Amino acid sequence: MTPQTLRPTAARPTLQLAHADDAWLTVCEESRLTPGRGMAALLPDGRQAALFLDRKGRAYAIDNRDPFTGAQVLARGLLGTADGRPFVASPLLKQRFDLETGRCLDDEEVAVAVYPVRTVQED
Amino acid sequence: MSTTPVNTPTIVLVGHGMVGQRFLEALAEQGTTATSRVVVLCEEPRPAYDRVKLTSYFDGKTPDDLSMVEDGFMERHGIELYVDDPAVSVDRAARQVTSRSGRTFTYDALVLATGSYPFVPPVPGKDAHGCFVYRTIEDLLAIEEFAKTSRTGAVVGGGLLGLEAAGALKGLGLETHIVEFAPRLMPVQVDEGGGAALLRTIEDMGLVVHTGTGTQEVVTADGSVTAMRLSDGTELATDMVVFSAGVRPRDQLARDCGLDVGERGGIAVDELCRTSDPAVYAIGECALAADGRVYGLVAPGYEMAQTAAAAIAEQEAKEFTGADLSTKLKLLGVDVASFGDAHGAAEGSLDVVYSDSRSGIYKKLVVDAQGVLLGGVLVGDADAYGMLRPLTGTVPPVAPEQLVLPAGAGAPVALGPSALPDDAVICSCHNVTKHAITQCTSLPEVKKCTKAGTGCGSCVKLIGQLLPAPADSGLCACFSYTRSELYEIIRTLRLTSFAELLDSHGREAARGGDGCEICKPTVASILASLQSGYILDGEQAALQDTNDHFLANMQRNGSYSVVPRIPGGEVTPEKLIVIGEVARDFGLYTKITGGQRIDLFGARVDQLPAIWTRLVDAGFESGHAYGKSLRTVKSCVGQTWCRYGVQDSVKMAIQLELRYRGLRSPHKLKSAVSGCARECAEAQSKDFGVIATASGWNLYVGGNGGATPRHADLLAQDLSDAELVRLIDRFLMFYIRTADRLERTSVWLERLEGGLEHLRDVVVHNSLGLCDELEAMMAAHVDAYEDEWAATLDDPDRLRRFVSFVNAPDTPDPSVRFVPERDQIKPDLTPLTLSPSAPALEGTLAR
Ligand code: SRM
Ligand SMILES: Cc1cc2nc3c(=O)[nH]c(=O)nc-3n(C[C@H](O)[C@H](O)[C@H](O)COP(=O)(O)OP(=O)(O)OC[C@H]3O[C@@H](n4cnc5c(N)ncnc54)[C@H](O)[C@@H]3O)c2cc1C
Ligand code: SF4
Ligand code: FES
Repeated sequence: MTPQTLRPTAARPTLQLAHADDAWLTVCEESRLTPGRGMAALLPDGRQAALFLDRKGRAYAIDNRDPFTGAQVLARGLLGTADGRPFVASPLLKQRFDLETGRCLDDEEVAVAVYPVRTVQED
Repeated sequence: MSTTPVNTPTIVLVGHGMVGQRFLEALAEQGTTATSRVVVLCEEPRPAYDRVKLTSYFDGKTPDDLSMVEDGFMERHGIELYVDDPAVSVDRAARQVTSRSGRTFTYDALVLATGSYPFVPPVPGKDAHGCFVYRTIEDLLAIEEFAKTSRTGAVVGGGLLGLEAAGALKGLGLETHIVEFAPRLMPVQVDEGGGAALLRTIEDMGLVVHTGTGTQEVVTADGSVTAMRLSDGTELATDMVVFSAGVRPRDQLARDCGLDVGERGGIAVDELCRTSDPAVYAIGECALAADGRVYGLVAPGYEMAQTAAAAIAEQEAKEFTGADLSTKLKLLGVDVASFGDAHGAAEGSLDVVYSDSRSGIYKKLVVDAQGVLLGGVLVGDADAYGMLRPLTGTVPPVAPEQLVLPAGAGAPVALGPSALPDDAVICSCHNVTKHAITQCTSLPEVKKCTKAGTGCGSCVKLIGQLLPAPADSGLCACFSYTRSELYEIIRTLRLTSFAELLDSHGREAARGGDGCEICKPTVASILASLQSGYILDGEQAALQDTNDHFLANMQRNGSYSVVPRIPGGEVTPEKLIVIGEVARDFGLYTKITGGQRIDLFGARVDQLPAIWTRLVDAGFESGHAYGKSLRTVKSCVGQTWCRYGVQDSVKMAIQLELRYRGLRSPHKLKSAVSGCARECAEAQSKDFGVIATASGWNLYVGGNGGATPRHADLLAQDLSDAELVRLIDRFLMFYIRTADRLERTSVWLERLEGGLEHLRDVVVHNSLGLCDELEAMMAAHVDAYEDEWAATLDDPDRLRRFVSFVNAPDTPDPSVRFVPERDQIKPDLTPLTLSPSAPALEGTLAR
């Protein structure tokens, strides 16, 4: 996945996420994501992250597991904005999760983990 | 045993039944689970389930459906649950509970919620092979198994549970007898008149009722039941006996450790549900409440659960001093309700009775001399229960006889909910008043804040009438326009993008944002109906629900189902073989759907392209089971084969299905074509249904199955093939243009001003001059149609989304697993209930 000997002609924005304390994991080129949708990523420890890009091009990552059903599906939900904040609606039972805090907007007792994401210029 | 820090208090709950679970929910709601260790000892092999709905197991509900524990509840709140491990002793001095497997727990508070056990009269033969009780899922499984080899069954006890058990035996195909000691059925709930009405209705169903007689002996041969001897001497041949003669509180654990119990059983508690040892509480059916009664209903148990939870946390607790025994039940299909002082026990009480034994209706109200409603019994028609129960204790705003007379007799009154006093209890399961409900503005809010409506659900209708009609008819938080208004805006301004629409016509605060899960798919559907073509590229890709995005239906474990189109339900053997081969090669669960086609379940997202490559190669197309679009056009075999058929219904069904496939609409569209008026294709339950006549076709519209079935209305008669198609074109396009989001044609037609007449004016008589335009739009759709799956497979870019992981495209999702069932697969839910390898409380907010 990571470019080693290849020398691309131009720098391409690439997404990385922090899953453990200090390690940044390179996930994919930003262009793999459609603004307004997500994709799942497999973490080295077996967990799954749901990675999203919003309309303005900002990236977010939360845990992929929908706590209401246990299924690893949040990456396949629809992204939206409520009161100016980004959220994803689970594709199964439609509960919404704030992408910045992981909090469920429809049940204050529930939240999912949030992973820091950053965009770097890989070359 | 305890691994938690010394200063964390431990609460041990013994018994995980309905009330035990309610208690845990109350602990979680008030925050106690975050500050205490909570341990649950559960005797049954499964966590709490809905015992009240136990009998629905025989209507096809699975034990899982009956579960009362929301997925992940225990994990989220860090509750330790030990199933199949009952408490066997309590050492109150050491504050320790020991379980059967030998676990011990030291408690700060112990809560007994052990429920009841069925009382079996001590008659000879009561333990024979073929004798059962009716309390747990295990009991039902055993009854079901035994009934397979039985012809006759007898139920001892004609009370509420006995009638349920009898209904179940009858449903299992047995000749069924009910033996009741009292002179009438349901002696506790209804009076003599009510019992008589009930008896007649139940006998009409073919059950044999023996009242006023007891059970003397179960007659056996070789240890198995052969008959039952009654106290009047009759011998009743039977293969099985179900005892349902009442319940007794399970207080043995409490007796053994020296807690006070009542003379006739029940663990004695005070108003805060504390037993004679203040560290021990008892709630639910095992408790003898402070008013000296043992409550055998779930609602009082729930109140006790709330009280005890609050008392344990030293929060302000509502004292439990007794409860209303009102019930409304549907037994064997008969409505039975009783409330308040149903038997007129109060001194000087008077009756108002309406009785019609022809139709099995009996209604009695009990009032006092001042006209205060004290209680009542309703049998056969209990619609008034919702209104009457909250009026108990008041002088009703109209004369009592008005309230029991059937509609049409005298001047019927429909008492509006506005007549109810503020303190009237609307939800009896959770004891919620009208006042509390009117503080909320929507049903979800009511459920969340008060829990009203989340029990038996019988109050939901009344709650709806108490809530204000929504003031803002806008589509969602992003748009103040309705779907049909947005349709007109997009059409007339020729908009082609969601972002453009949101930024120009969205609510101020929503502009510049991403929209939401309601408006995105709605606008995607409008754009698709207006411009046709592939719907999953560019911005549109971000608007579609996950099902449309992956052209398949997501299932509960994140896998997908695959439904190839089988127009009209007609399929060649070769194509059937291909479906079979694909299902076999990919290990998919295969089922014939209710829509005359075949559904293949259990595909991982990364398998979809390979599966569809095989299907498309064999000539299949997407069946759009995932889309708000045309599903199936069912057909009957029709004139070609059937001796009654008058037209070729299969040919017409195929023609219609191919014409409208892929058409995006406000909700799904279903259709059917029958070859004659016998209607084997059920066309009158479809959005548009066609029935052959000797001279052509009749077109019906606005039919619906589902939760609120509606018979379709006849729109036009004796149409030629061409006339039929033209009329359907217009009808569908007019619907797509004017319906609201997720509004089936049935609801739309009901709402349409002027109803069917108006619709006929527009699409038959062209009163709005729209017909040419509607037809042109449909023609554009038909021309632009292409199979979405073929188009997806042709394009490597489009295929790139079908991976489980963007950073590991070749790795299948390990959480999607299956286990065998009946020679096929079903989702393995265990990997889903486990949190990922992460810390145990992943998914819980630290408080
Ligand atoms: C597969 C099938 C059940 C089966 O095994 O037979 C089925 C399965 C589903 N039905 Fe159905 N319905 C199926 C025939 C029906 C029928 C019978 C029929 O079509 O003749 C009805 C009643 C007729 C009607 O719609 O008027 C039916 C009434 C519903 C409803 C209630 C609609 C309503 O207007 O009240 C829903 C819920 C909804 O759409 O909002 C629903 C929803 C669903 C969903 C989409 C639920 C969901 O969101 O997961 C199921 C998706 C299945 C999947 O993943 O493939 N299904 N569903 C049937 C597929 C038929 C097909 O080949 O396309
Ligand atoms: C068929 C049927 C229909 C009913 N219909 C209605 C109705 O329409 N309306 C209504 O209000 N009520 C109805 N009821 C009654 C209702 O189910 C009970 O009131 C309710 O279940 C009581 O809840 P509970 O938690 O007190 O007892 P239960 O739900 O019986 O739970 C007690 C649990 O404790 C367990 N237990 C006992 N001893 C121990 C131990 N030592 N250690 C660990 N666990 C132990 C038991 O195994 C059981 O699982 C019905 C009951 C039945 C059987
Ligand atoms: S609807 Fe009429 S033609 Fe079609 S199968 Fe039934 S009886 Fe035969
Ligand atoms: S009365 Fe049962 S849920 Fe409200």
